[in-house]
Amino acid sequence: MTLNRRVVKDKTGFLIRHPNSYVSWISVIVVLGLWETVGRLGLVPPLFLPSFSAVLASGYEMVVNGEIFAHLSASLWRIGWGFFLGAGLGILTGIGVGYFQLADDAVRPLVAATYPIPKIAILPLLILWLGIGEGSKVVVIMLGVFFPVVINVRAGVRNVDPLLIKAAISLGSGPFNVIRKVILPMTLPMIFAGLKLGVGIALLLVVTAEMIAADKGIGFLILSSADLMQTTRLLFGIMVLSGLGISFAWILDRLERILLPWRE
Amino acid sequence: MRAVVNNISKSFKNPDGTLFNALQSISLTISEGEFVAVVGRSGCGKSTLLNIVAGLLPATEGQVVFEDLASEDRPLTSVVFQDLALFPWRSVKKNITYGLEEQKVSSGKQDQRAEELIQLVGLEGFEEHYPHQLSGGMKQRTAIARALAVNPELLLMDEPFSALDAQIRMDMQIELSRIYETTGQSFLYITHYIPEAVFLADRVVVMGGRPGRIQSIVSIDLPRPREEKIKVSPEFVAYLDRIWSEVRGKPQEFGADP
Repeated sequence: MTLNRRVVKDKTGFLIRHPNSYVSWISVIVVLGLWETVGRLGLVPPLFLPSFSAVLASGYEMVVNGEIFAHLSASLWRIGWGFFLGAGLGILTGIGVGYFQLADDAVRPLVAATYPIPKIAILPLLILWLGIGEGSKVVVIMLGVFFPVVINVRAGVRNVDPLLIKAAISLGSGPFNVIRKVILPMTLPMIFAGLKLGVGIALLLVVTAEMIAADKGIGFLILSSADLMQTTRLLFGIMVLSGLGISFAWILDRLERILLPWRE
Repeated sequence: MRAVVNNISKSFKNPDGTLFNALQSISLTISEGEFVAVVGRSGCGKSTLLNIVAGLLPATEGQVVFEDLASEDRPLTSVVFQDLALFPWRSVKKNITYGLEEQKVSSGKQDQRAEELIQLVGLEGFEEHYPHQLSGGMKQRTAIARALAVNPELLLMDEPFSALDAQIRMDMQIELSRIYETTGQSFLYITHYIPEAVFLADRVVVMGGRPGRIQSIVSIDLPRPREEKIKVSPEFVAYLDRIWSEVRGKPQEFGADP
């Protein structure tokens, strides 16, 4: 009787994902280990690829004599102001054009025409107008951050569920409170999406601007180290940029979690 | 208070430019403390009527007037929407106090009122939960408490229980009837479910469609407080029968109810 007995097996087993956090660590260690080995064995001349430990040693030196902090603070100052101004302007404009049709009709063609311009192409013009100092760098970063923020915020405002706005109106909200108490919180996730894009662009632009015209900053450090064939200093500058990118993303992530505890 | 719906008509423009008459010459008066239910199948314009009464949609013709008001600043209406429209970034308590904030009620009074309402709708212990953390029935209770909080002259409900499963829907009907009986709030309640209308209402307005109009109004003379067992009483069944026969006059417009 049991001749044709078959048990149903779970066929979805291969879809299950087990998180392997230790694998992530191992992969980082393996890559750094390979790098170190290649350097130690002299497989590649140190001018092209110094060992990881040599880069760290050179970095330690720059930390001790404070050199790295001068570059870092110059870059951070530019990113900080550029990001702050670009994000602020982008959020305000995005809410304005998302909410008011007239503003949208007026601004949309201008954004469409200026958005595709690689912002770094405007830097020479900005230098002509604002001089070679901090102003032109801050403004170019500001422009770079402005566009992704404005586009995301506009989309966020336009996607707010109209029923929530109706609910607020039925409970007594006027136009201003509809923006402040419904549209703004509902748009926050999209604001953050814009800021996350903007922070990457800010990093890109600060380095490029510093390579074009600066005597301080991480971008300047990288370019001048290359000119002097100081590959260890160059690589350390790149590692600092990696650290900056990771830190910015982490900060925005934390901020998002604090400001949006209601998200599923 | 008397809420007078005076000869309301509403037409929408179809995409091809022709006019679609959603409501035609609707007149209805809701008295202080009365529970009026409107039944009719989807598309007969009952939600349109509710939105016009709420001031969320302009009527093409006619007016909604509230007469003999005892207070000048009591809000005329508040709404419990079919999709609830709870604010997802606000906790249960903050949802409930939204309308009070807009009325510039002091935060002490807001807390006090929120506490009363949370007790009334049975949400104790869930004050700080966000909507996505609540079950369907608890979301309903939050939406009802939020609309009750502003103490409107007339509370409007647009098929609020249609997304609930049968058992919770029954519980919520009993709950709502208890809230009505304890608060004395006036209600205009839209539903397509006839037993629900008979169970809850003092009067049931039967609407027919295309264009939406009032077909008949049936007074429900059942004792209060209404309890679940009333649903098997001969009187209740007689009302169902009567409204069904009103409805059957136009069989092509009404399908079977769930």
